[in-house]
Amino acid sequence: MIIKHPLLGPRDAAEFVYLGDASMIDRPNPNAPDAKEQFYEYGYLRDNPAGEHKELWYHEQGDRSWLVVTRNTITHEVKYVQLARDVARAKGRDR
Amino acid sequence: MSQSHRISGGLIDRTKPMHFSFNGKGMEGYAGDTLASALLANGQKLVGRSFKYHRPRGIFSAGPEEPNALVQLRTGAAQEPNTRATVAELFDGLIATSQNHRGSLEFDLLSIADLAAPFLGAGFYYKTFMWPKAFWEKLYEPMIRAAAGLGNLSMKEDPDTYDKGFLHCDFLIIGAGPSGLIAALTSARSGAQVILADEDFRFGGRLNSESFVIDGSASSDWAAQVVAELTTLPNVRLMTRTTIYGAYDHGVFGALERMTDHLKSSAGKPRQILWRIYSKRSLLCAGATERPIAFSNNDRPGIMLAGAVRSYVNRFSVVPGKNVTVFTNNDDGWRTASDLIAQGVNVRALIDVREGVNPPDLTGVEVIIGGLILDTAGRKALSSITLKNGRKISTDCLAVTGGWNPTVHLTCHQRGKPVWNEDILAFVPGGTLPAGMRVAGAANGVLGLSSIIKSTAETTIEILQDLSFKSKAAVLPVTEDEAQSCTAFWHVKESKKRAWVDLQNDVTVKDIKLSYQEGFRSVEHLKRYSTLGMATDQGKTSNIAGLAILAECSAKTIPETGTTIFRPPYTPVPIGALAGRARGKDFKPYRLTPSHLWAEANGATFVETGNWMRAQWFARAEEKGWRDSVDREVTMTRASVGICDVTTLGKIDIQGKDAAEFLNYIYTNAFLKLSVGKVRYGLMLREDGIAYDDGTTARLGENHFVMTTTTANAVLVFRKLEFARQCLWPNLDVHLISTTDGWAQFAVAGPNARNLLSKVVDAPLDLSNESFPFMACAELSVCGGTPARLFRISFSGELAYEIAVPARYGNSMMDVLMKAGAEFDAVPYGTEALGVMRIEKGHAAGNELNGQTTALNLGLGGFVSSKKDFIGKTLSQRAELNLPDAIRLVGFKAVNPSDALLAGSHFITKGEQTTMENDQGWMSSVAYSPTLGHSIGLGFIKRGHERLGEMVQMVNPAYGIEVEVEIVSPHFYDPDGVLQRG
Amino acid sequence: MRYSGFKVFLEGLTGNRGWKTAWRDPKPRSDYDIIIIGGGGHGLSTAYYLSKVYGVRNVGVLEKAWLGSGNIGRNTTIIRSNYMLPGNEPFYEFSLKLWEGLEQDFNYNAMISQRSILNLFHSDQQRDAFVRRANSMILAGADAELADEAQLRRELPFLDFDNSRFPIKGGLYQRRGGTVRHDAVAWGYARGADSHGVDIIQNCEVTGFHIENGACKGVHTTRGDVNAKKIAVCVAGSSSRVMAMAGMRLPIESHVLQAFVSEGLKPVLPGVITFGAGHFYVSQSDKGGLVFGGDIDGYNSYAQRGNLPVVEDVAESGMAIMPMIGRARLLRSWGGIMDMSMDGSPFIDKTHIGGLYFNGGWCYGGFKATPASGYCYAHLLATDEPHPVAKEMLLNRFERGHLIDEKGQGNQPNLH
Repeated sequence: MIIKHPLLGPRDAAEFVYLGDASMIDRPNPNAPDAKEQFYEYGYLRDNPAGEHKELWYHEQGDRSWLVVTRNTITHEVKYVQLARDVARAKGRDR
Repeated sequence: MSQSHRISGGLIDRTKPMHFSFNGKGMEGYAGDTLASALLANGQKLVGRSFKYHRPRGIFSAGPEEPNALVQLRTGAAQEPNTRATVAELFDGLIATSQNHRGSLEFDLLSIADLAAPFLGAGFYYKTFMWPKAFWEKLYEPMIRAAAGLGNLSMKEDPDTYDKGFLHCDFLIIGAGPSGLIAALTSARSGAQVILADEDFRFGGRLNSESFVIDGSASSDWAAQVVAELTTLPNVRLMTRTTIYGAYDHGVFGALERMTDHLKSSAGKPRQILWRIYSKRSLLCAGATERPIAFSNNDRPGIMLAGAVRSYVNRFSVVPGKNVTVFTNNDDGWRTASDLIAQGVNVRALIDVREGVNPPDLTGVEVIIGGLILDTAGRKALSSITLKNGRKISTDCLAVTGGWNPTVHLTCHQRGKPVWNEDILAFVPGGTLPAGMRVAGAANGVLGLSSIIKSTAETTIEILQDLSFKSKAAVLPVTEDEAQSCTAFWHVKESKKRAWVDLQNDVTVKDIKLSYQEGFRSVEHLKRYSTLGMATDQGKTSNIAGLAILAECSAKTIPETGTTIFRPPYTPVPIGALAGRARGKDFKPYRLTPSHLWAEANGATFVETGNWMRAQWFARAEEKGWRDSVDREVTMTRASVGICDVTTLGKIDIQGKDAAEFLNYIYTNAFLKLSVGKVRYGLMLREDGIAYDDGTTARLGENHFVMTTTTANAVLVFRKLEFARQCLWPNLDVHLISTTDGWAQFAVAGPNARNLLSKVVDAPLDLSNESFPFMACAELSVCGGTPARLFRISFSGELAYEIAVPARYGNSMMDVLMKAGAEFDAVPYGTEALGVMRIEKGHAAGNELNGQTTALNLGLGGFVSSKKDFIGKTLSQRAELNLPDAIRLVGFKAVNPSDALLAGSHFITKGEQTTMENDQGWMSSVAYSPTLGHSIGLGFIKRGHERLGEMVQMVNPAYGIEVEVEIVSPHFYDPDGVLQRG
Repeated sequence: MRYSGFKVFLEGLTGNRGWKTAWRDPKPRSDYDIIIIGGGGHGLSTAYYLSKVYGVRNVGVLEKAWLGSGNIGRNTTIIRSNYMLPGNEPFYEFSLKLWEGLEQDFNYNAMISQRSILNLFHSDQQRDAFVRRANSMILAGADAELADEAQLRRELPFLDFDNSRFPIKGGLYQRRGGTVRHDAVAWGYARGADSHGVDIIQNCEVTGFHIENGACKGVHTTRGDVNAKKIAVCVAGSSSRVMAMAGMRLPIESHVLQAFVSEGLKPVLPGVITFGAGHFYVSQSDKGGLVFGGDIDGYNSYAQRGNLPVVEDVAESGMAIMPMIGRARLLRSWGGIMDMSMDGSPFIDKTHIGGLYFNGGWCYGGFKATPASGYCYAHLLATDEPHPVAKEMLLNRFERGHLIDEKGQGNQPNLH
C-alpha cells in the first residue's frame, strides 16, 4: 500500500505503524460523571466498518507524524490523508 | 538417440550445443532450448509420474502452465524440486532427474495405485482410514505422506543468494508478446518511463511460436526488430526472465527476475532478484493459455496442447512425434496441422469435433469432421487413438486444443472476478481490477493478431493521455486476423474410461461427477473435495473444463456456476527469493552498544536483547563457568565498584514550556513539581490500566526533561508519547526526540562509585552527598571538557550513578572509567549481574512488567496518583483489576537453602492439589544471590503482601520439580535503601 | 450413510454409484427453535453438538455462501492447547480432547494428525515464559514438554542452530498438537448435523434482525424471513457487520491474515514448528505442501488479501530457522478476515438483546477451537448457562476488568 503523506508525498505503508480507529483521538473527559462508561467504550468498542474507515497511522520510519488516513477496508483505496494533530485540534481537544 | 526429433529452422543457436543429462542419460541440445524442447529433441517422451495414480506422463505444454513435466534440477544442496521442464532454460551441464516414483521412472512401484483407481475416487480418504483410531498416525498417514508430495528438498541450506530491489515507473507492461511489444513501442516513443517484463528468456510471446507474417516478415523477426528498437531507448527497461507474480495495492507489483537459473552455477552472483515495482499505470498483456479436451486416457506421453506442438516445431525446431494427429474444437487447431505440414512432419489426421466446418486445404491430411476420440493406447508413450466409430489410428503425438483462456490471473489478485464471454467461450477480466491496471490483447479476450495490435495501441494511447504524456498513434504493422471460431466442447461424453481434467492431481471427469453426486456442488467445494486445480499449475489448463463439467452436472450455465479465484503468485516463487538477504546472521540488523569494542576486547560474552547485542558477563581466565563470572561481578560491585553499559535503555529528550504538564499525563505519579536538577522514578500505564513501562525522568531545565525507558519498550514508549502529544494533547508546547543512540550511558555502582567518578568529572561539580544527593542530576563535562550528563540513580541498590556522554565517546569513556577504577578493583558487569542485583533489590523488570500486571500487582500502587488525570487512570479502576485476592509481587526463598528456584514455576497453597483451580501464581524471576548465598526469586501470588512468612509449594511439573518456599519481602538487599542514599 | 473402508471397497466395485449427498439442500422453514447464522466451522459444530449432545434438532444454519467458506476453509490447520491463562487453557484442552475422538464421533476422516507442535525459544526470558506456560498446561491436564537445544539438534537437524541471528535455545513441545484437514472438519460437522435433522441452508444471507421490545424473534434473509426462539450469531469475519444490524458495537477489529502453501514436497517436516524471534509457523500437509503463515498485515481489512511486506517478512522468518526451504517454491497465498478482539481471546455469550447470542472474536486462533466453540455455544444455547470451560469468555469482561490477555498487549487488536 501507498500512503500519501500530507507533508512528504507518497510513502510505502511499510514505513508506517498502524494503530487503529481514529476515534482513539477522542479520549473522554476523565471528570465526566459517566467517565468509566465513556472510557470503556473509548478503549474497547469499535465500529469496525466494511467500507470507509478513518484510522491512525504513525510514520515511524519517517517524520514521526501521526496521520489520519481515510481508507476503504474492502478495496484498500485511500481517499485522503490528514495530519492527526490537525484533526485533533479541529475536534477541539482542549490541551 | 542424438536429437532424433530435431528439424531445421527455429530460434535455437546451433553453434552452441549444450550437453545435459536426464536420469543419468547424456543428451544434447542447443542454446535457446528449454529442457522440455531438448528432451523432446532427444525423443524422451516419458518424463514424470502423476501425483495420485503415478501414471506415466510426458511433456504437455510449452509454458508455465505445465502440469506433467516436473523434474528435479541440479544436485546436492542446489537441488530444486518440481521445476517445470517447459520453462527451464537449457544450459551446458544441466542435470535433471525425474521425481515422484519409487523405483525407476519406467517401473514405478507406486503405479499400483493406478490399478486400485476404482477405490481411490474423489475424496475416498475422507471415508476410511478411521479404524482402528491409533492406526492413522502410525500406519495410514505415514504411508500416505510417503507416497504423496512431489520432489525432494535437499534438506541442506540453500547455497544461493537472492537480492531485492525497488523499481518505479510510469507504465508497467506485463508480457512481451504482440500486445506487450506494441504497447512498449507506443509508450516508449512518448517519453514515459516504461518497464516491459516477460517471464520468457526471449521477448515475443506467441510471435516466436507461430508462423504469422507481420509487415512481410516472419513474426519472430518482427518481434526481434521491435526489441532492437526498444533496446536503444533510455526510458525503457526491458526485463526478460522476469515474472510479474502478484498485483498488490495501489499499483505495486511483485516481480521475480531470474539471473543465473540459465547458468550452470551462480558463481557468487544472486540467483534471482525479487523486485517490488511501483507503477502509475499497468497494462496486462499476458496473452492466453490453451485448454485441452478430456477423453479416455487423454494423459499419455505424446498427448500435448496443440499450441505447444506449434511452439516446439516453429520455435524450437523439434517434432514431438513422427506421426502427429490433431484433435480440435476450433479453427486454431487447423493451423497446427498446416504448420506441421510446412515443416515436413507427417500429419496422420485432423479431427475436428465440429460438424459442417471447412478447414483449409491440407494436402495429404485426412480430415475427420465431427470426429471424436474415445480412447488411446500406449503405456509409456502414445501409440494409437480410437475414434467413435471404433477405428484405430496409430499415432505417436496427439495435438489437442479446446480453445484458449485469457490469462486473467493478475486481474484477480485484488479479487476482481472474471466474467464469461460467450463469444469466445472463455472468462475475460471483470470486476474491479487492481488500481491503475488495464488489460490488452488476448488476455482481454481479443483474438486475431491484427485486432490485438490495433486495440492494444489504442488502449496504450489512452493510458498515456491519462498520464499526460504526448503520444501519437504510431504506424501499425500490417498483419491479418487468423480464423478463431470455437465451439463449446469440453469432454467426450462417450468416453467410458477415466478422462483427465487435472492432469497433475489426477482429477478425472468421473471425479467431478462424483463430487457433484455427493453434494459438493459449489465450485469451491468441487475444488476442495476433488483437488481440481490445486496442483503446482493451479489449474491453468484444467479449471475451465472442470467448471464446464460441473455446470453440465447441475444443468446450469458456466457463468451461473462461477469460478474459483486466482491468488498470487501467478507462478511459484522460491521462498529463498522472498526472503532475500535477510537470513542467517543478517536476519535482523545488529545494534551494538557504544562500548562494544571495549567489551569484545575484555572477554565479554554477548547476548541478544531485541536487536541489541549486550555484554552478558566478562569471563576471566580462571573462571570455570558463567556463574563464577556473574557471582564475581555482583560481589565486587557490591564490595567496591562495577561499571555497566546501560545505553540500550530508551532515552527521550522532552522539551517545551508544557513539558512538565505533558509528563504529568504520561506518568501515574506527579511530575509537575519535580525540581530542576532532580530525577524521579516514573510508572506509566497503558490506557487500559495495565502497567506498561517504568524508568526515570530527569529535569535538566525548567522546560527540558530526559526520560529513560526499558530497553524492550524504547521504541514503543516513544511512539506512545508522540501519540499523546499529537493526538490527545495537541495544543501542548512540547517536543520529543529519541536520543537512545545519541548518548552512551554507563552505570557506575558500588561503595566506591563516588570516588571513581570524582576522578573523571570536571570541576566545579561537587559529588558530595550534600551537593549531589540521591536522585540528583546535572549537565557537566568530563575528562577535561567532554560534555556529559550525570544522574544519581541506582538499579543495583548501591551508591550509584549513571553517566552519559555523546555516543561517539562511549568506547573511550568505558576505558577511562575502568582505568580510573583500577585502584578500586573496578569490574565491568554484564546483564546477568545487573539482573541478579535488581532481583536482590526487588525491582520489577520485563518478566514482571509483562503487559498483564497492574500497579497494584507490582506493589507500585503508591506511585499512582489519585489527584490528577493520566493515561490509564480511569480503566485501572475497574473492579476486577482491584479484587482483594489480586496477585502481588513478593519475594521467595527456598525453605531448604540448597534448593534451586525456577522461573516459570507456579505456586500451590500447602496441602492442596496441583491443579489449575488451585493455582496461586507464578515465579517470574530467579537468581542465585552471591550476596545472600542462596537462590532467591520474585513472583506473583494471590494476596502475597499479606502472606509474608507463609510456606507454599513451588511446583514445576514440566521439569518434575517441587520445592517448599517461603514468601518474603521482595527487597532482599538493603530493604531500607540506606546504601543508595549514602 | 455410514462411511467405512468396506463401503469404499464395495462402491469401488460397483462404479461408485451408490454414494449419497453428504447433506441435504433444504429450503429455509419459517420457524426454528434455534437459528445459527454462519455455516462455517464454529456454526456447523454448534449445530452438530446441539443436535447430538443437547437433543435440539429443530435447528437452521443460515450460510450466506457455501458451507465452510469462511476461515475454516482458509486456515493453516493447526490444533493445539498450549495456552497459559485459566480463562483459556481448560477450554482449548477440552477442544483438543474433542478433536481426539472427532473422526469416530462424526464418521468422517478429517485427517487429525497429532504429529506435535513445537514453539522454539531464543532467550532466557522467553524460556521463563514458556516454562510458566508449560506448567499451566500440565496443571490443566494437558501435555507439555520442554526440550533443550541438544534434544532439538538430534530431532530436527535441519534447523539453523549454528548461524541464526537469534540462537535456538530450546522449545516447548506439545506432542498432542498437530494438524487437521480443515475443509473436512466443516464437511464432517455438516454431514453429522444434517443427519440429525439440522437444516443447512446455503446461499442464504441474513439481512436484518427482527427485534421487538428488546428481544430478537427472527431474521430477515435473502430467502425470506425466518423466526426462531433463539438466534445464534457465529460469523467470523463479519461479526461487526452482522451485530451492527442489531445495533451493537463490538470489542473487535477485522484484520487480514495471509497464509501460504508451497508446492508439494516429499516429507521434510515432522510436526508444526513455530519461530520465537519472528512471525512464522509451518507444518507440512499430507499432500506434501509446506503450509505456513505469520503475523496479520496489521490494518483493518475486509479484503481477504494482503500485501507484500508481510509476505516477505514471513519468508524471512522461515529462512531464519530453516534455510533448507529456500528452493521450495511458494505456490499460493491467500487472506482471511480475522475478527481480532481487544484482549486476543474470544466471546461465547448472550447479548443484552433477548434471544440473541454471540460467538466470535477468535482472532487468528479459531480453527483449533472449532469443536469446543461449537460444544460450548451449544451448551449456552441449550441451557442458557455458560459451559464451565468457557465461563470467562463473556462480552462484559472489559467493563469488569477481567482480561484474558495471553500476550499482554492490551486493547490493541492487531498486536494479539
